[in-house]
Amino acid sequence: MTDLLRVEGVTKAYPGVVANSDVSFAISPGEIHALLGENGAGKSTLVKMIYGLVRPDTGRMLLNGAPYHPAEPRAARAAGVAMVFQHFSLFEALNVAENVALGMENPPPMKELASQIRKVSEEYGLPLDPARMVGDLSAGERQRVEIIRCLLQDPKLLIMDEPTSVLTPQEVEILFKTLRQLSSEGTAILYISHKLEEIRALCDEATILRRGRVVATCTPRERTAREMAELMVGAVLTPPARVGAAKGAIALEVRGLSVPSPIPFGTSLKDVSFAVRRGEVLGIAGVAGNGQDELLLALSGEVRAAQDAVQIDGKGCGDLGPNERRRLGLVSAPEERLGHAAAPDMSLVENALLSGAIRKGLTRNGFIDWGATEAFAATIIKEFDVRTPGTHVAARALSGGNLQKFVVGRELSQTPSVIVINQPTWGVDAAAAAAIRQAILDRTAGGAAVVVISQDLDELLEIADNFAALNEGRLTPPRPVAGLTIDEIGLMMGGAHGMEVAHHGS
Amino acid sequence: MFGGIDPTLLLAALIVASVPIILAAIGELVVERAGVLNLGVEGMMIMGAVCGFIAAVETGNPVLGFVGGAAGGAALSLIFAVLTQFLLANQVATGLALTLFGLGLSSLLGQSYVGIKPPLTGDVPLGPLADLPFLGKVLFSHDWVVYLSVASVAAVWWVLRSTRTGLILRAVGESHDAAHALGYKVRRIRVLAIMFGGAMAGLGGAYISLVRVPQWTDGITSGAGWIALAIVVFASWRPWRALLGAYLFGGITVLQLNLQAAGARIPVEYLSSAPYLITILVLVIMSSGKGKAALNAPASLGQNFHASR
Repeated sequence: MTDLLRVEGVTKAYPGVVANSDVSFAISPGEIHALLGENGAGKSTLVKMIYGLVRPDTGRMLLNGAPYHPAEPRAARAAGVAMVFQHFSLFEALNVAENVALGMENPPPMKELASQIRKVSEEYGLPLDPARMVGDLSAGERQRVEIIRCLLQDPKLLIMDEPTSVLTPQEVEILFKTLRQLSSEGTAILYISHKLEEIRALCDEATILRRGRVVATCTPRERTAREMAELMVGAVLTPPARVGAAKGAIALEVRGLSVPSPIPFGTSLKDVSFAVRRGEVLGIAGVAGNGQDELLLALSGEVRAAQDAVQIDGKGCGDLGPNERRRLGLVSAPEERLGHAAAPDMSLVENALLSGAIRKGLTRNGFIDWGATEAFAATIIKEFDVRTPGTHVAARALSGGNLQKFVVGRELSQTPSVIVINQPTWGVDAAAAAAIRQAILDRTAGGAAVVVISQDLDELLEIADNFAALNEGRLTPPRPVAGLTIDEIGLMMGGAHGMEVAHHGS
Repeated sequence: MFGGIDPTLLLAALIVASVPIILAAIGELVVERAGVLNLGVEGMMIMGAVCGFIAAVETGNPVLGFVGGAAGGAALSLIFAVLTQFLLANQVATGLALTLFGLGLSSLLGQSYVGIKPPLTGDVPLGPLADLPFLGKVLFSHDWVVYLSVASVAAVWWVLRSTRTGLILRAVGESHDAAHALGYKVRRIRVLAIMFGGAMAGLGGAYISLVRVPQWTDGITSGAGWIALAIVVFASWRPWRALLGAYLFGGITVLQLNLQAAGARIPVEYLSSAPYLITILVLVIMSSGKGKAALNAPASLGQNFHASR
């Protein structure tokens, strides 16, 4: 069988970094091919070249045996290549049909397009109302918009960039059925992920990238997840060690917390209640956009609520701001590193001061104690193994993983009694992620109460004692992690959100 | 007659007085819908006023004057486009600089044209319609630019709502990253939008120097560009509301003049600051409500786009 797409010796360098070096692989029609690698391994750059967003420096690509060099996505789409993006390429203030039209070359008139969307969405079990505003849709529904946009163009090759990070386990299952159906109809799928079990369940072949190079190709079904992980990381991984610490008194209690969302198209929190003891980790799961950001804001003090809604060590603090809450022992690390957790253009010293000033006593009579601040920043860098030329580097200049280590380290170094972290290891490589998780567990063993909000279920199952899920701003009652099944977790996260299994051609 | 003010003449004057603001506002509305905040409307208007005046005087043809005005405004906007879209300069600062530059340059260009009368722009002969009582005077005794201004609002509304061009323009203003990922030329679309905005502002400026005043003096636009900017926000980026806003503001301007003439006892300053007070009020109401109106602002407004990926 001839290859649908063949990539030969493709190299792409950016100033200071080689994103792809001599990458080759091939996909045949109907094949589900995995592109596996850590963050920063060069997966995204590679697919952007195939989709025409980036041009390779050297090397060539062949589509159906003919040279293929798309100058722009339009050319790629015309050649039958479609892509579902990791960070959605959707317009929140436009409706579903308009969003779909923008991704098509020659869209039919809106009315006809709307009926086409309805037809395809039913065929593949992805219900969607074409007239709805995308900003009002859940993350899973937004992904359907992207998929349908691709399907309407009848693609020969469908690229999916980390499609399951926003889905519940049930939704993942349904997505896989859709993908298998597409594959049986002859559509090749290039599936990018770092979730090994998914790749083992779905993909026929896998190409593993590390630091821009192809380090291995394999058939995922014949390998264990562990083998693939080690190929991907290039080192043997040690899972974080847990010390069974005694649980203390309740350090953080939230009772009937309801706040409107300050974020446009955000999700309001509705009657959220939970309690965390000292020495305990509460893991909060949920599909993106179900109130995670709002929960962090409400806990950190950026959004205020009724006084008794949030209590630290039994003291009502729902109406206090972030600094007062820090004084009471609560530290928090939001998901967005640049611009929320850290000021991008300020140095690490200044960033250390911004949240550490109160608990570390870095100011005196309104003046900054730069010596102590510098020492504080240096300690964080040393203890959390932040790779940086020095403390006076701007936060922006650090890689995602290093900045995350710095930001998490800054909060954990303030001897907190309550720690709230949203997405502690988002976009961080495996080694750094393991280090961050270990640091969180160490603080827990030291008697801190921890709330970890994450979309990475494996992470939560690894470090949490209790598990709860956010769904449309409501929190399920926390349950002990021991004994939870993936099915139960999926149902806690809201099940399949109205998706149904594809029944096309049956 | 109400206190010495004739409503027919008042309405007719209101329609004429609003034309420059409508033209500039509808142009800026398109620019902002594409995600660009060009605060240089005043500068582009006055460049249009002086270029239009010169072109009309030199050729003796008022229509060519308006063409010249549009070209002058567009040319000045091109400076803004290059600075913000290619050199990634701050849009607010560049827009303000553009206004100051336009005021100075127009003054220089117009030096030898002070005191000259431009060729007359006549009313469109609408025959019997113009003889209708009341309506004839209010609606059917105007020059062609008045009708063009309303037509341009209708055209922009239709393009934004129903055409693919409009959809792409809105998409670029909504999220330039997403638009880029889909393969749209964010820069090119924005540059074209900026030039359209410049041409419309220039047209509005030319209307002031060729019809409203009609002669050339320094600083002839006297803040009309700022009102146009305010109207775009007031209208929450919707074309028909911009027209309404322009008539409202034009009405207040005309009423203020009439009240002065009629010897009313309200200080002029209150009336001339009214449009701005109303805008501030509307802005406060919009942003406090967190309703749909507040969300209607283009999400990428004022952000520079750099295709880093």
